[in-house]
Amino acid sequence: MLAFLVSAIRLGMTFLLGSTGETITEKSGHLNLGIPGVMCVGAACGCYAEYMYFTAVGSNIIPLLAVVIPLLAALLGGALMGLLFSFLTVTLRANQNVTGLAITTLGVGMSEYIIDEASTIFTKGSKYFTASLPFADDLGWFGELFLDYGVFVYLALIIAVSTTYVLNRTRVGLHLRAVGENPATADAAGINVSRYRYVATCVGCGIAGLGGLSFIMDYLNGNWEYCVDAIGWLAIALVIFTVWKPNLAIIGSIVFGALYVASSYIVGVSFAGKELFKMLPYIVTILVLVVTSMRSKKNQPPAALGLPYFREER
Amino acid sequence: MAKTETKKHTPLLHIVKRDQGSLTWYNRLLVRGIAILAALLVAGVLITLLTGKNPIQVYGSMVSGVFGSPRRIWNMLQGLAMLLCVSLAVTPAFKMKFWNIGAEGQVLISGLACVATMMFLGDKMPTVVLLLVMTAASVLAGMIWAVLPAVFKAYWNTNETLFTLMMNYVATQLVAYFLKVFVKDGSGVLTPMPQYGLPVLGNQAYLLNILLVALLTVLVYVYLKYSKQGYEIAVVGESENTARYIGINVKKVIIRTLLVSGAMCGLAGLLLVGGTNHTISTTTVGGRGFTAIMVSWLAKFNPLYMVLTSFLVIFLEKGAQQVSTDFRISSSISDIITGIILLFIIGCEFFLQYRVVMRKNRKENA
Repeated sequence: MLAFLVSAIRLGMTFLLGSTGETITEKSGHLNLGIPGVMCVGAACGCYAEYMYFTAVGSNIIPLLAVVIPLLAALLGGALMGLLFSFLTVTLRANQNVTGLAITTLGVGMSEYIIDEASTIFTKGSKYFTASLPFADDLGWFGELFLDYGVFVYLALIIAVSTTYVLNRTRVGLHLRAVGENPATADAAGINVSRYRYVATCVGCGIAGLGGLSFIMDYLNGNWEYCVDAIGWLAIALVIFTVWKPNLAIIGSIVFGALYVASSYIVGVSFAGKELFKMLPYIVTILVLVVTSMRSKKNQPPAALGLPYFREER
Repeated sequence: MAKTETKKHTPLLHIVKRDQGSLTWYNRLLVRGIAILAALLVAGVLITLLTGKNPIQVYGSMVSGVFGSPRRIWNMLQGLAMLLCVSLAVTPAFKMKFWNIGAEGQVLISGLACVATMMFLGDKMPTVVLLLVMTAASVLAGMIWAVLPAVFKAYWNTNETLFTLMMNYVATQLVAYFLKVFVKDGSGVLTPMPQYGLPVLGNQAYLLNILLVALLTVLVYVYLKYSKQGYEIAVVGESENTARYIGINVKKVIIRTLLVSGAMCGLAGLLLVGGTNHTISTTTVGGRGFTAIMVSWLAKFNPLYMVLTSFLVIFLEKGAQQVSTDFRISSSISDIITGIILLFIIGCEFFLQYRVVMRKNRKENA
């Protein structure tokens, strides 16, 4: 049971990073379907940076750098993909859905290329990411459940909580939400719509890139698998599941993680039944989507989600 | 802002929307042509940087990968037909601004219906009846998968993009489940059953698919351009309020269009499984459902242009595969090149819609 929860939380944090990134993006009115590609690129950039670092320094590895360099690389890789997306959708006013899908194609291709150039095993680097507090093991179940994690779990929690704070309690967050709800009004109030959309998308994609890296380095212990994009689609689903609230996403991501790993932990599920189990996160998301659309006006997606904004077209 | 008001501030560049029809058709063609050339150039430079090979050789390898032998040409035509079929299927919905990104799942579930029919009823009925049942099962499955999100969209305005996206994965998992339950040896790989497949015309395995899709292209073109239903789709797509005002039942149009769209996805599933693979796996559709959206959108939802845009995508895909075998680079290069070219074409639409105007010289103004 404990192992199940720990595993659900570790996977959940990947979802949490991805969905927090997508929430920030969607709050600005961008429906970025490129997130799966962005997460792939983030993962690949992080892994490649780790590979380069290890080849460069040989055996004198500084643990802090072994963690910080891949993190920065993943953040940068994701943000650059976000920049590409915003350039096309904001500056060139391209259709967001189509652009997002093209970004996903490109991102998946790029990440596979990068990984094929480097290596698919990053277990050596993964050790630095999964290293937990030294006394965590001595505290029994409490330590195992709350303290025995690598850096990513805490990073994801900090990012989700601070995103909630920024979105709901600061002027920047208010402006961002205004841009996503009604860009014309925001523009009239003197908010630079384009700038908010650019920054929100790049920051969101950077965070999603971290999510991709956490999947490889933390959940898979450094063994690359060509399925980061599937995780990315689930991260988008999680945004809806948690009705655009990163603080709800903390619980939601653990639920998603639990649903995803449940089939391996529940005794008595047949080999084939596991495939039906894996369907659960998607079905639950559909149900949430349907229920929120039937209910009152609360918990709706940002009103301008997916719509381009061009001042002269009002 | 108050301080700068006194000094007149004009941005260096500003953007103006073009009038409809201010660009001639050859100008439009020119802009798109330049975008594709620029993209090919970038892709060529990229491959040269990665491999150190002469870009001319790289392009040559691409062309030979597509047209090099009769077999390659047939493969290209088959790929073209399949992608075009899915693109045609998503088009009515997109023209209505119903963002159906679930074609992947709709095709896959029809393929599953088709393969299940072949497996369980194949030896129990005469060929003609079997073919009819296969067609009916596939089309019906596609319709169900497409109409579910449509009903929720029509009555409760449920976000269709995300709904259809989730349905893809439900379909994938159902196929995975099916393969684990009904493949007796536990390998999860279903042996092809060509004996129950669609008839083969003139010894060319792909000919029937290609002819059917060609026919479908014309039908969809006529349906969208000349039928009353096609007109209603266009009106709902342009403005739901207008549609309601002139007495179109918007809910009915949404549901009906998605039934048509789903039925065509069903046909694509039938052709992929019954006419090509004679088996199924979770990757049978292979991303065509997503690529089709870009193909359809790039062609401005015109079925005849879609032949060209899907040719472009297939050319890149097959060409890049050849490049990756010829020069021994990762096969992911194909995705990268396709992605780059798509982004270029998406970007060039801007220059068709808008004009960039430079700031006029002050003296001229005065």
